[in-house]
Amino acid sequence: MAAIYSLYIINKSGGLIFYKDYGSAGRMDTNDSLRVASLWHSMHAISQQLSPIAGCSGIELLEADTFDLHCFQSLTGTKFFVVCEPGAQHMEGLLKYIYELYTDFVLKNPFYEMEMPIRCELFDINLAQAVQKDRVALLGR
Amino acid sequence: MIGVGKIKQYSNVLDRPLSKGKQEVSLSAFAFLFSELVQYNQTQVDNIAELERRLEDAGYAVGARVLELFCHREKGNRRETRLLGILSFVHSTIWKVLFGKVADSLEKGTEHEDEYMISEKELLVNRFISIPKDMGAFNCGAFVAGIVRGVLDNAGFPAVVTAHFVPVEGQQRPRTTILIKFAEEVLAREARLG
Repeated sequence: MAAIYSLYIINKSGGLIFYKDYGSAGRMDTNDSLRVASLWHSMHAISQQLSPIAGCSGIELLEADTFDLHCFQSLTGTKFFVVCEPGAQHMEGLLKYIYELYTDFVLKNPFYEMEMPIRCELFDINLAQAVQKDRVALLGR
Repeated sequence: MIGVGKIKQYSNVLDRPLSKGKQEVSLSAFAFLFSELVQYNQTQVDNIAELERRLEDAGYAVGARVLELFCHREKGNRRETRLLGILSFVHSTIWKVLFGKVADSLEKGTEHEDEYMISEKELLVNRFISIPKDMGAFNCGAFVAGIVRGVLDNAGFPAVVTAHFVPVEGQQRPRTTILIKFAEEVLAREARLG
């Protein structure tokens, strides 16, 4: 069974700019994924306000019975989050790596418009490889 | 002892030989600059052919300067006068200073006598660029084609240079081929020189 269920990237105003499904569990239609993205965006913003710690940067990990949600927010406010099986390891590393791919293959692409949905072939190819590698590492243990 | 006394001490900074300087620039910085170049030119044109032409023109200016500089730096103010000489100069010397490596291959066209091809598995300018589906066969390698045309033209080898994507079997990504079609007079001159 795949460790990662799905990957989301949302822009700084909460719009979903990238969504990808992995494996059969937790598959969602377009409307649901958009809903989850904006829901997470708001929850993340509220958590920053509610946190008892000053300077809190928002939820990084949400643990539920059936899944874990790891979130990484870049300095510019773009959020990357993966939904994965409970207890999956190395997700922070994976998110950082996906952020790196985003800066390389999306932001350096002259045909990408900021804050718009990501449609870059090279990003897709490299992302698929990264997730694959991650999967191999997970299965190997 | 070998080597002792080889290093001269210069008291005056003006007497010191000019250093070659750092030969590399940041790939990210270049990628962003190139991306901006493409984006700027995109706002100035109505169609893809025009965009390709503008990128080529930008490259042409680079090529003209690079030729001048490297004839001076590498070849002691001499330049190639023969077809194969100038082609290998582009393929090796120019490619090495611009992209840090020799081009993957230099071939002669099979169908036409006046055509040569320089192929690159992953052209540096295309490293981070995904062409949208609606732009068809557009290739940002047009900039590199312009550089090649600039070098050849200023060395006295007028040619038409274009960049194309060529699919490779078993590879997800196509390679980029720079197609060089020399002018008639160049081939006539080559034939005369024997």
